[in-house]
Amino acid sequence: MTDRPRVAVIVFPGSNDDHDAAWALGAMGAEPALVWHQQMELPAGTGAVVLPGGFSYGDYLRAGAIASLAPVMEAVRTFAANGGPVLGICNGFQTLCEARLLPGILRPNRQLEFVCRDASVRVESVDAPFMRRCTVGQELVIPVKHGEGAWYADEGTFVQLAARGRIVLRYVDDVNGALGGVAGVINEAGNVMGLMPHPEHAVDPLLGSADGELLLAALVDAAADHALVTA
Amino acid sequence: MKATVLVRPKDGILDPQGEAVGHSLRNLGFDVDAVRVGRVVDLEVEADGAEDATAQIQRMCAELLANPLIESFEIRLGEET
Repeated sequence: MTDRPRVAVIVFPGSNDDHDAAWALGAMGAEPALVWHQQMELPAGTGAVVLPGGFSYGDYLRAGAIASLAPVMEAVRTFAANGGPVLGICNGFQTLCEARLLPGILRPNRQLEFVCRDASVRVESVDAPFMRRCTVGQELVIPVKHGEGAWYADEGTFVQLAARGRIVLRYVDDVNGALGGVAGVINEAGNVMGLMPHPEHAVDPLLGSADGELLLAALVDAAADHALVTA
Repeated sequence: MKATVLVRPKDGILDPQGEAVGHSLRNLGFDVDAVRVGRVVDLEVEADGAEDATAQIQRMCAELLANPLIESFEIRLGEET
């Protein structure tokens, strides 16, 4: 066992940002562990879980719908229910919404085009452990690359989420037609977060931005805290 | 028993795909107003009569085939196989 907090990165058939996420988490001081979707359990000592980007099951039916029923998701559900930090990036966000671990759903982009570019997102709330290295109002530049990223929820849910600080990131400009420009949300307890932008692609100035570090390093902090609590 | 499930975007839900298809139909010269695009799922279930089949398919819709936030569904039972 190393001193580095262990972060499980779930690999579904069609995940394609799993290795990028693992690399970025390693650079942030974590010990990443790739976990195949058919595993029934997370590795011992797991301090956090990342559901990476990609096109699990070819986005069949609805993006994330089939991944949300994969065997490993029961373990992820239990981990989240016990307060474990879980971060879903892009397809991982879609999967957490389909698993009803996060509110709303990601729909096809309003413009019906795949969007692939740097996006500016504004920090709306810093209550969640993932947001602790950010400040409210701060603007982060993080790339997006998705065809189904327009977050949607009914009006009542949206108003309630906003009032409770559960909308953590919003696009500065309209990127995909998401309701309220929502780019990232957290669950009621604050330990499950999803976002469409890819922080793992923004961890080095050479890549155009290192703002993703703020989120991933906070995730690694949370993983270390959780591993201590459950040790 | 054979059955068909029709999954549609709920009323009031924006359907960009339907809008794009409608736009293309108008480009072809068709005089169409609203176009909505959904999904058809044909399936065969082992069921003890129509009521049982309907109950099973309703559960399938709730758990996977449709997302109740944005989609409605309609079940049509076919002939016995």
